Amino acid sequence: MNDIRELYQEMILDHSRSPRNFGPKSKHNLSAKGHNPLCGDDVEMHVLRTADGVVEEICFEGSGCAISTASASILTGVLKGRSEEEVREIFASFRQMVAGQGDAPAGEGLGKLAVFSGVRQYPARVKCATLAWHTLIQALSGVEEEVSTE
Amino acid sequence: MNRTPQANESCPSFSNLDQVRRRFPCLQQEIHGNPLVYLDSAATTQKPTQVLQAVESFYQEDCSNVHRGVHTLSERATIRYEAVRAKVAQFIHAPDPHGVIFTSGTTEAINLVARTIGRDRVSSGDQVLISAMEHHANIVPWQMLCEEQGAKLVIIPCTDDGDLILDDLQSLITDRTKVVSIGHVSNAVGTLHDIQKVIAFAREKGAITMIDSAQAISHLPIDVEQLGCDFLAFSAHKMYGPTGTGVLWGRKELLDQMSPWQGGGDMIRTVTFENSTFADVPWKFEAGTPHIAGVIGLGAALDFIQEVGFETIQSHEQQLLEETVTRLDRLDGLTIIGRPKNRISVVSFVLDRIHPHDAGTIMDQQGVAIRAGHHCAMPLMSRFGVAATIRTSFAIYNTLDDIDALVAAIESVQEVFN
Repeated sequence: MNDIRELYQEMILDHSRSPRNFGPKSKHNLSAKGHNPLCGDDVEMHVLRTADGVVEEICFEGSGCAISTASASILTGVLKGRSEEEVREIFASFRQMVAGQGDAPAGEGLGKLAVFSGVRQYPARVKCATLAWHTLIQALSGVEEEVSTE
Repeated sequence: MNRTPQANESCPSFSNLDQVRRRFPCLQQEIHGNPLVYLDSAATTQKPTQVLQAVESFYQEDCSNVHRGVHTLSERATIRYEAVRAKVAQFIHAPDPHGVIFTSGTTEAINLVARTIGRDRVSSGDQVLISAMEHHANIVPWQMLCEEQGAKLVIIPCTDDGDLILDDLQSLITDRTKVVSIGHVSNAVGTLHDIQKVIAFAREKGAITMIDSAQAISHLPIDVEQLGCDFLAFSAHKMYGPTGTGVLWGRKELLDQMSPWQGGGDMIRTVTFENSTFADVPWKFEAGTPHIAGVIGLGAALDFIQEVGFETIQSHEQQLLEETVTRLDRLDGLTIIGRPKNRISVVSFVLDRIHPHDAGTIMDQQGVAIRAGHHCAMPLMSRFGVAATIRTSFAIYNTLDDIDALVAAIESVQEVFN
């Protein structure tokens, strides 16, 4: 059972049981919905972006597996106060960590998000870990179209 | 004299089934260091050596196109291909092998019926009747047809236990009902439906009846004459045969009236640029080079099933089913979805506060392969108020040890999460 604990680390289990920044927020100016048809995961990200492009508030709604719920929950904490540019850079590193080619970095510089490094061993679950991210990027792009992992 | 007892068809000894199991090479492997426990046969069954050999021998020895050449290989291929048609007819007790059409699977078979006779019979204001428990393959083709023709899709509801509510058939099947298409066994919760009752009502009203037997075909004997349906479809890959091959059986007199579906080679008699005349049934519905190897593999799969025998299959799978339900009921934090009166080979369940996909990943680490998801039955999942379930499904090669492994895997999932 050691292997599986690398995927389901305590922090992931904790965030999946009690997700942070969960539920509708009145203060937001950007939203997007995401769907993973394989798992049936649904997520909706809400962002309050300031005029100078900073993520001032961020929250999410939806239902899904532990990986997708924890991913959404942890990213809201990590990204609050970041610029849109930083968000995109962090996502690029995150994606490299969970699904990149070759020897991916074990999450250096990703802080708390490094807890998802174990996802790399489970290709079927990469989409669970990245759904909230794709949805967030969609929200920031201001495109009103549902994101699908397929 | 110490005589070894003969294998008794009605009461198989476990050593016999052990021999059956050993015929499946794919089952003889380890997954993440644990012996593979394959509990996803409702998605696709594993294939016995004789099926694999039949497919290989076609490519090795008889590889050629069918119905085309005068050369020896083509003759051999054609004989092998057409022999399976007769074998299928016998298997489902169809009176005429010409009623057997080879398709790519159940999905294509249902689409064929919807796009040909469905389109002819269903007009604006008419109704097509399906049930709340269908696989998407028996929903979407009819939905598309209804949308196109301005008809209404009517649904037979089901109980919380996962049984169809058939008391009200009289009001559901009306003079406007032109097609009734029902699953034989639910792929999501395992219900064996009382299709005979539905067919009888539908016939009384003159509706066409179609049965999706994909989930039934490897588990119980089917007699299309006795059922009285007009069409019946199934897939080879859910009955120990290859993927990409399936069967549509149709009542010959209806098939004769139906216009072709796809146009192309092999389905014509003559072609000019002005018009074409079509081949007879069933070839009229088999445009293009068919999946010859797949059909030959299906023939070997039918032999396999008949060799083991439905009596053995049914008693063994029923034992596995009852043991599974009993064992799962003892686990805390587990809820079985659906308690149908008659169940075949499938048990679906959910775990408190644990998403089926997380369970599926953890169980896979133990070598236990189950299906986690909506099982291509999203309306049924909504009916039960769940997004997804964990589904375990059996075939003749499963053992009581597999159920021990299933229970242990569920406990390890709960251990990770609690």
